[in-house]
Amino acid sequence: MTTTEEVARISDERREYKFGFVTDIEQDFAPPGLDESTVRFISSKKNEPAWLLEWRLKAFRKWQAMTEPEWVFLPYGYPPIDYQAISYYAAPKAGPKSLDEVDPKLLETYEKLGIPLSETKTLLGIEGAAESPADARRPVAVDAVFDSVSVKTTFQKELAEAGVIFCPISEAVRDHPELVQKYLGSVVPYSDNYFATLNSAVFSDGSFVYVPKGVKCPMELSTYFRINARNTGQFERTLIIAEEGADVSYLEGCTAPMRDENQLHAAVVELVAMKDATIKYSTIQNWYPGDENGKGGIYNFVTKRGICKGDRARISWTQVETGSAITWKYPSVILQGDDSKGEFYSVALTNLRQQADTGTKMIHIGKNTTSTVVSKGISAGQGQNTYRGLIQMNKGAKNAHNYTQCDSILIGDQCGAHTFPYVDIRNQTATAEHEASTTKIAEDQLFYCTARGISEEDAVSLLVNGFCKEVFSELPMEFAVEANKLLAVSLEGSVG
Amino acid sequence: MSQTPLLKISNLHVRLEDDPAVEILRGIDLTIMPGEVHSIMGPNGSGKSTLAQVLAGKDDYEITEGSIEFNGEDLDDLGPDERANAGIFLAFQYPVEIPGVSAMQFLKAAVNAKRVFEGKDELNAGALLKHFRAKADQIYVPFEMLKRNVNEGFSGGEKKRFEIFQMAVLDSVLGILDESDSGLDIDALKIVSEGVNSMRDGHRAFLLITHYQRLLDYIVPDQVHVLVKGRIVKSGGKELAMELEENGYAPFGVNEPATV
Repeated sequence: MTTTEEVARISDERREYKFGFVTDIEQDFAPPGLDESTVRFISSKKNEPAWLLEWRLKAFRKWQAMTEPEWVFLPYGYPPIDYQAISYYAAPKAGPKSLDEVDPKLLETYEKLGIPLSETKTLLGIEGAAESPADARRPVAVDAVFDSVSVKTTFQKELAEAGVIFCPISEAVRDHPELVQKYLGSVVPYSDNYFATLNSAVFSDGSFVYVPKGVKCPMELSTYFRINARNTGQFERTLIIAEEGADVSYLEGCTAPMRDENQLHAAVVELVAMKDATIKYSTIQNWYPGDENGKGGIYNFVTKRGICKGDRARISWTQVETGSAITWKYPSVILQGDDSKGEFYSVALTNLRQQADTGTKMIHIGKNTTSTVVSKGISAGQGQNTYRGLIQMNKGAKNAHNYTQCDSILIGDQCGAHTFPYVDIRNQTATAEHEASTTKIAEDQLFYCTARGISEEDAVSLLVNGFCKEVFSELPMEFAVEANKLLAVSLEGSVG
Repeated sequence: MSQTPLLKISNLHVRLEDDPAVEILRGIDLTIMPGEVHSIMGPNGSGKSTLAQVLAGKDDYEITEGSIEFNGEDLDDLGPDERANAGIFLAFQYPVEIPGVSAMQFLKAAVNAKRVFEGKDELNAGALLKHFRAKADQIYVPFEMLKRNVNEGFSGGEKKRFEIFQMAVLDSVLGILDESDSGLDIDALKIVSEGVNSMRDGHRAFLLITHYQRLLDYIVPDQVHVLVKGRIVKSGGKELAMELEENGYAPFGVNEPATV
């Protein structure tokens, strides 16, 4: 529970959105606009091999023939995106090599965001983490992506000793081309959907993780995405490969400055888990949500998908989505290996005039595959929150099982919660369970809390945290603390 | 020198906010001095629970006339949280379940809210645990109960016991027990009563709201008031409860017994 004092302090720090500052730094930009020359520009900036440029161009040509999806449920809609007005590349001018060379302004930026880029600070700078038990104080390796480029990846050397590769994807293209070429687009093909195809054409940076056979990654890996430049889009691409028996936990966090105009974030994440491998992927998304009139904010149009390629592989997605004007994402798992396991735990909060259409797809192919979906939607203010999920059991998915639990909570009377569950079962032995509930913050629960001296605002945050407990308990300890606070702050002003 | 009453209710008239035609309390006068135990007894629908909720600050009711003073201060402008922090505790007739929130987490929030209200520093985890343990021993609450979610899956007796435990933890000065005896077997009733009695210290006062006199066998009141149709129709000492046990509410025009 975040106490009154903490909330007051956090809220004072950020009357509306704490991370809304802009870093004044010299940047390299691609001029706004998108055509083949833009794609070539990005590719050449990164000194990419010919195969990758070809792949990008193929995607770009495909994208030109596609149209933006319209099936997404966004009651407030959004104005058309002018793809020619966006700049597709922005990078701080001084390309850093070591921490000493990182522009001090960048270091300051990440310091403000609470993310230490110095390896002497092994803890993520999260308030309250000091209260965590000592075993939670393990180092966390960070890859920091600032607009279109990765500015710093920490603990690379320690990870390398364990055989783990953790680096910007542009570096992986240079140093491990065989791995990138083998897996890039293998889970989310370049032609997958409008935004993923756009990403394939213009992706700038992102993280690359490779955990070799039998290795349990010795620390949490994390990437912090920061949008800073005006009129740019961020199109990062993350690729994580866990070989047979490998185990890795990865977390991403995201923030952006407060601006009146909307900014596009169209990312792709691909996960590949071989036999007996486990990938745990957690997201705390706190992009700028726009103001209470729906002005500004990030369009978060993201494609995330993992494949359990081998038997007994396990992929677990946990997401806490509190930011963005619009969120459109469905972290999914293809359960190909027998006995493989897919999980999706989600908290999505919409306040102000935020809109979210989010959920998951679990595609069961292998025998005895199981999937668990726990989705918690919180709607406050004029927020509109949609769960959309597909459970598909193919013919060969003998004895496959899914459990879906989908709960919504409404705060106030101007918000909405919507559910679109799709279940497609193609064999007799597969089973799916679905539970759903929608509740209002109950008056009697609120009164019970306030009659104990807890302020109404703290009471709402306490009740909502309780509502989200099953999901928060899936997060790594330090981030669960963070998620609690983030929720309290995001709900501020939603009652009374 | 006269002492300031802990609670002074004067000519209190209360209507339902949603249905102003319904006047539930029709001119209540009640004064409770520090250290006193008062009991309000009455048949169903007499306004007992309404009085308890109005004192705690529930906003479903409208006070149309009269006043409530606590420690000499008018309560009118205080929300339920401020009243609780000032020392008023309502033990609910039907304690509410709060899924996903442990009793520990809940009490931590409540204790620290009160400390902030009093201008003190919040207690850290160690100090809170120590405090909870001491109170758990006093109220005969198994410490394990604190690890469970608030009231979730609690038996009737556990819920009532947990209410009294909260009052002890929050160190409230006025405990309003809204039918804390209802639905309890004798053993549970004894435990709840012993908890309450352990808190009687000459300063802390209690208002016991009950339909039945049996609670008063265990917690002996200084004064008993009979509430019928929104008015206190008779006040007296402990012997008044005995009269009710004998005759029920019939002398007050309501055909209900006062024993179980």
